[in-house]
Amino acid sequence: MRFDFSTCRQTIKALKTNKMRSFLTSLGIVIGISSVIIIMSGGAGAQSLITNQIQGIGGDLLGILPGASDDEGPPAAVMGINITTLVYDDVKAIDDRVEEVVAASAYVRGIAVASWQNKTKDTSFLGTTANYMEVEGGAELSSGNFFSVDTKEERVAVLGSLVADELFGNVNPIGERVKINKESFRVVGVMKERGLVGFQNQDDQIFIPLFTAQKIMLGINYLSFARAKVAEGSDVEYVIDQVSNVLRDRHGIADPSQDDFSVRSSEETLNTLADITDALNYFLGAVAAISLLVGGIGIMNIMLVSVNESTREIGLRKAVGARRIDISLHFLIQTIILTTLGGLIGIISGVSISFLISVVAIALGYDWEFIIPISSIVLSISFTLVVALTFGWYPAQKAAKLDPIDALRYE
Amino acid sequence: MIELKNVYKEFVNGEVVTKVLQGINLQIGRGEFLAIMGPSGSGKSTLMHILGFLDNISTGQYYFDNKNVSSLDDDILADYRNKKVGFVFQSFNLLPKTSVWENVRLPLLYNRGKTDLSYVDKAIKSVGLEHRKNYLSNQLSGGEKQRVAIARALVNNPDIIFADEPTGNLDSKSGIQIMSILHELSKMGKTIVVVTHESTTAKYAKRIVQIRDGEIVSDEVNKDVISTETLKGQLK
Repeated sequence: MRFDFSTCRQTIKALKTNKMRSFLTSLGIVIGISSVIIIMSGGAGAQSLITNQIQGIGGDLLGILPGASDDEGPPAAVMGINITTLVYDDVKAIDDRVEEVVAASAYVRGIAVASWQNKTKDTSFLGTTANYMEVEGGAELSSGNFFSVDTKEERVAVLGSLVADELFGNVNPIGERVKINKESFRVVGVMKERGLVGFQNQDDQIFIPLFTAQKIMLGINYLSFARAKVAEGSDVEYVIDQVSNVLRDRHGIADPSQDDFSVRSSEETLNTLADITDALNYFLGAVAAISLLVGGIGIMNIMLVSVNESTREIGLRKAVGARRIDISLHFLIQTIILTTLGGLIGIISGVSISFLISVVAIALGYDWEFIIPISSIVLSISFTLVVALTFGWYPAQKAAKLDPIDALRYE
Repeated sequence: MIELKNVYKEFVNGEVVTKVLQGINLQIGRGEFLAIMGPSGSGKSTLMHILGFLDNISTGQYYFDNKNVSSLDDDILADYRNKKVGFVFQSFNLLPKTSVWENVRLPLLYNRGKTDLSYVDKAIKSVGLEHRKNYLSNQLSGGEKQRVAIARALVNNPDIIFADEPTGNLDSKSGIQIMSILHELSKMGKTIVVVTHESTTAKYAKRIVQIRDGEIVSDEVNKDVISTETLKGQLK
């Protein structure tokens, strides 16, 4: 068979004759390919977001969570289970006894309704220790001071920039009294805008002393979590061991497998989260690949219909000298054109939708990066070709094997 | 050129065996204008399909240019259909919504040798349709469609043209026009085999083979063959 423009034009003409059918046939591939790209791009974007969030907290931080966890999985506290084993004195002991820890801060969190004069804002409060600024590298004050005492139940507050903006507008909040869950607090400082860090909007929260939060606001004596800043140049693994030893000693634990806490470095947390997103990516990618498979079956179905409809034409082509391979190629080219077209539209729409997702995510304040992994394009193209050849082969063979006389007589 | 020796053809459908050709012996020489005539179901179309390499024989021998056709594989038979023979069908069998030029060009797509696309224009010209070459097949009259089919049969310059009821779907004037073209081709040295059940079509051939129930019942020279001049007269 001669491959030239006219041959391809005839094949394209056959597809154009049934435009709607050709479009619907390709739609399965379009959806499949774009899904693969969106999922892989979304996964890459999410991973970059996680990396940025964790790095935003600081690479030299240890996270201390109540409750045990295995080496790979997330700690129980992440799952929303309240565990009461971690207390302020633990953090104080870490700060005092582990040389390589520069500072350790403790945290509790709660929901807050903050109001000033006639303005109200739904936000959250973070009860923390006075050394918060020392531990959290990126946190800075725009005005006033951070509170300096942990243990007194002082009613002072430092506002996140968004809370300050929404409640006070252009008024200087320093020295003003705000109500947080009906308790009155004096504003001593306002934080600089920081955005999302550790998946928490740092600007949309109010910082209050730890004991105030624990006793007045929440009525508890345990912590949600703690962080320890490791001295520069220290062996992080060694420091984790030291911190763990202090906690075991305080909690009376001899066997490490009985730990009622978990200590993780930022890097470990990053790896754990990357593992989770990777697993999620592969799972969703496999689901998208199934949609490609379904699209391929759709193409095979339509090609079989097309072979049936073209039976007389196949007979004629054989009568004028077409070999089996020629007929086979005729239909295989149709399938390849359909899937390639579907694949191209799928790539374009997948990239476009991924771009839109990144625009929306950035607009919502997430530190999202628009990434199209080359592997997603390579995977899509190769899968498209495999689908075309696999699902085009059977109809093409069926056409090629038709008896010319039977085909010419077909009504 | 063509020699059939004691050819049988039967179709088996489950337990039902239909004997279509029974002991056909036939020779066709180069340049002959032959009509195979017989009633419906006599086996004439099956005979043409066998002669045109579209169908196999059950038993017997078929020699084309001294080659035993039964020994040829599918690809060689496809090449034979492409280069040695041309077909004209009763129902035209043109590609739908495709131009006259592309329809005529179709056999050249499957010609594995060097092809000259000017043959397409020459073939279209030889059937007097050069003014219609860009028309789509569905924009033509029945007579024009059959002329396109003849041009398609000619484009690879075959030795022999098989026409299966070529005038069956045409009005009488168009029928005469088609037979006139076949006459001209015969005069140019092409072998023409027309299969028909109409004596009015067969009378244009120089030799008439009558077939009935799968057997040849007569094979005679047509003494009353209509000359090309008479045909031209009929067209006026």
